[in-house]
Amino acid sequence: MLNRQGRSTQAVGTEDTEMDMETFTGNKGLNHETPLIFEQGLPGRVGVDMAEPKEVKSRLGGLERKDPIGLPDLSEPQVLRHFVRLSRQNYSIDSGFYPLGSCTMKHNPRINEKVARLAGLGDLHPLQPVSTVQGALELIDSLAHWLKTITGMPAVAMSPAAGAHGELCGVMAIRAAHEANGQARTRILVPESAHGTNPATAALCGYKVDAVPAREDGRMDLEAFATKLGPDLAGVMLTNPNTCGLFETDVKKIADMVHEIGGYFYCDGANLNAILGRVRPGDLGVDAMHINLHKTFSTPHGGGGPGSGPVVLSEALAPFAPVPFVTHGAKGFDLIEHARGEAAASFGRMKTYHGQMGMFIRALAYMQSHGADGLRQIAEDAVLNANYIRVGLNDLLHSPFKGVCMHEALFDDSSLKGTGVTTLDLAKALIDEGFHPMTMYFPLVVHGAMLIEPTESESRQTLDEFIGAMRHLLGKAKAGEADYFLGAPHFAPRRRLDETGAARNPILRWTSPAAGQLADDVTLSAAS
Amino acid sequence: MRYMPHTAAERAEMLGKIGLGSIDDLFTDIPAEARLAGLLDLPLHASEMEVEKNFRALAAKNLSPYAAPCFLGAGAYQHHVPSVADHIIQRSEFLTAYTPYQPEISQGTLQALFEFQTQVALITGMEVANASMYDGATSCAEAVLMACRVTRRKKAVLSGNLHPHYRDVTRTTLQFTEFEAAELPPMAEGSDNFDDHINSDLACVVVQNPDFFGRVQDLTALAEKCHAVGALLVVVVNEVVSLGAIKSPGDMGADIVAGEGQSIGVPLSFGGPYVGLLATRQKFVRQMPGRLCGQTIDQDGKRGFVLTLSTREQHIRREKATSNICTNAGLCSLAFAIHMSLLGETGFSKLAALNHGEAVTAAEALDAIDGVDVVNNTFFNEFTLRLPTNAAMVVEKLAEKGVLGGVPVSRLIPDDPAMENLLLVAVTETCSDSDLDRLVSALKEVL
Repeated sequence: MLNRQGRSTQAVGTEDTEMDMETFTGNKGLNHETPLIFEQGLPGRVGVDMAEPKEVKSRLGGLERKDPIGLPDLSEPQVLRHFVRLSRQNYSIDSGFYPLGSCTMKHNPRINEKVARLAGLGDLHPLQPVSTVQGALELIDSLAHWLKTITGMPAVAMSPAAGAHGELCGVMAIRAAHEANGQARTRILVPESAHGTNPATAALCGYKVDAVPAREDGRMDLEAFATKLGPDLAGVMLTNPNTCGLFETDVKKIADMVHEIGGYFYCDGANLNAILGRVRPGDLGVDAMHINLHKTFSTPHGGGGPGSGPVVLSEALAPFAPVPFVTHGAKGFDLIEHARGEAAASFGRMKTYHGQMGMFIRALAYMQSHGADGLRQIAEDAVLNANYIRVGLNDLLHSPFKGVCMHEALFDDSSLKGTGVTTLDLAKALIDEGFHPMTMYFPLVVHGAMLIEPTESESRQTLDEFIGAMRHLLGKAKAGEADYFLGAPHFAPRRRLDETGAARNPILRWTSPAAGQLADDVTLSAAS
Repeated sequence: MRYMPHTAAERAEMLGKIGLGSIDDLFTDIPAEARLAGLLDLPLHASEMEVEKNFRALAAKNLSPYAAPCFLGAGAYQHHVPSVADHIIQRSEFLTAYTPYQPEISQGTLQALFEFQTQVALITGMEVANASMYDGATSCAEAVLMACRVTRRKKAVLSGNLHPHYRDVTRTTLQFTEFEAAELPPMAEGSDNFDDHINSDLACVVVQNPDFFGRVQDLTALAEKCHAVGALLVVVVNEVVSLGAIKSPGDMGADIVAGEGQSIGVPLSFGGPYVGLLATRQKFVRQMPGRLCGQTIDQDGKRGFVLTLSTREQHIRREKATSNICTNAGLCSLAFAIHMSLLGETGFSKLAALNHGEAVTAAEALDAIDGVDVVNNTFFNEFTLRLPTNAAMVVEKLAEKGVLGGVPVSRLIPDDPAMENLLLVAVTETCSDSDLDRLVSALKEVL
């Protein structure tokens, strides 16, 4: 018997299923294995043809490399096939639903890739004379205008390279502002539900992190917050909508309270997607907020970056923004690259050159494609989809917080109690159903959390299929079929991996079997 | 709007299922006075064709370095990127995957990272490398923080000939921590004297090779001096192609290598995104920032890869993490891995030799111009020229003639009269003999 995907409905995990059949090669039809690139080389092959080097008198000062490096030699078709085979072992948003809460895995339009590669954009050197890059500076200026308009903020620092880097930019601006006022404040408030980057960032800025608990409705506890205010407080870092997928209803009060004691309000903008065109953070009293262009504005995640995290700033913090920034000069656009003159108050520089231009191009193309009308539709459909999933599952899964959610639906694992199935097991079974699992065990304030962010990109059909699969799996769990889950995933390129072993005995690189000594060095013990 | 699937009827039905009357009912948690009633003051949505036109118009306002002889470097280098690299990184499965948190369905990304880590370790002569940082400068700053953790000391010293952006980023990163970095003055001629700083309070010396002015140095003696007082040597490399020709930092005694990997597989893209490299000795790995990919086995005993040692990282350790970094430069590290796989041992060495040959040829031709001197005794593919006049003005005049002739040192080190006439010239495999002829004749005309 076959199900709707043409898959056998026979129980899996038993000895006689087709999946357990071993082949001579280890490949299974279209599913190919590929050894490490280092296991495929043969000295003397080449994958790049190039001119012969000129015969010259070396100017390397006698420091020529004498020993071989140990890189494998391969031809172009071998390298191509290797990486194509590797690619086929990856899940991706293009191939399926990717409801990772807090990550905003949405459609990545290909026009953005095309324009990022145009001659005159993708190939510019960062230190060309500004007279030869007026279009590039106009592009950055234009993106800055869209970001300021969307957020209702007066300034933006474009250079941070990712969300956490943006946080660092914002909190450094806060600290620089306090120091400029002659104030040595030492403490910053961070809700317990925050992303781990928030406390890590605050620590890098020399602040003591003071955690604020959540209220029963999933919002920051305003009373606890009030008791923590004081003249030593630098500010508060608050994610809004928060990591429970809820809008912080007291956000304006929180801003007023922190401003009253002379502190600043840092907003983690990871969840901006939920509120595009519906509310501007600048109208909520925010002083600094990073924007993940790789979330909200769809620059591809690329298996872990690159990202881009511009930071919008209030009037109070704008003078402290890092260099560089684009200005309008007499001869067109200009770049301020040093912390002097009009940038004398700048807290410094965060990276080489001018920021993640490749991401700026893609994000601006995405914004222009949507326009003011499409941006608002993003928020509306993203929130609609999350609530559709919430009501589609809330008779079987327990929501720790009641009522309408924003862009992501949050459940805890109380409904799985006694089934022998954990959040992790459920997630792994979802892989077999062809879905990427939701975010698990985050936020930390909810037990066995499952955070599901569908984004606006998904059709109702996909949402229904996901809800159907979840209901099916929850039915199995509650019917006592824990064994089914423990073996999952069955249909992935790999079954569950030994992560404990990997950490206990870290093997972080390939070593030549011939170099046995190095291999021993590299597999150090956990004790060191 | 082409990116969103719902019809109006579907939206209404879905709202009905949720039990709400209107879309506005989804947003009632927003304070009423802050809710936007109308649209933002921005243009309405545009077709793909219109968007493409807009960007083509912006691109036309720039001078592409492929449309002009280009001798720009200073930490970002024009190299040929094989088409296979750009094709593969655009495959959906790599381009549109998230961080590999579910290893069973992320083996493609993970194995590629493991291969990247190995390549970086090999070329730097180090034992291990991480899965990437944002760029070379942030990698440098993280290396200093790491050295302070490893040695439990609070002071670093930066070479005067470290790329000025790397100095700036390191200073910025350290400014609110308990650590501090002394900075030696930049010197186009002469070398750093670290003697006043090398003592038992020092966490690390940071030195770049080849340095900002292009000079290649033997760091072996410096490494020994550092080690004698229990300090680490951090070596910065911002032209990784040089490692195909020059003795590796590991061979010279480096403890941490912080590098910029852009030269391999990553287009110039006006300065980003690039890929920061960070490599070190195995014994320091638990003080490393950033993601690490490790080998393991799955339930069936098959080799597989996972992100590992994550107890160093912010999502577990929060304010006690080794760094706040989360997203890094995944796709750029993939591009690096592909390009390096294509090059292999033979190609990487040849690419380096090719660059050096072109640079030596160019240096000799430029040095022969009246009033122009090559400052460096040693260099790899970039060197410093002393011009008889202000280099920034010369560069502008060259640009008017359609030649991107180099980076004036004063662009990165302003307000220093000693730097005003200095021009950094990088010569890679992309510079043809006729490009060099055009630079030489244009330079003669403008001087």
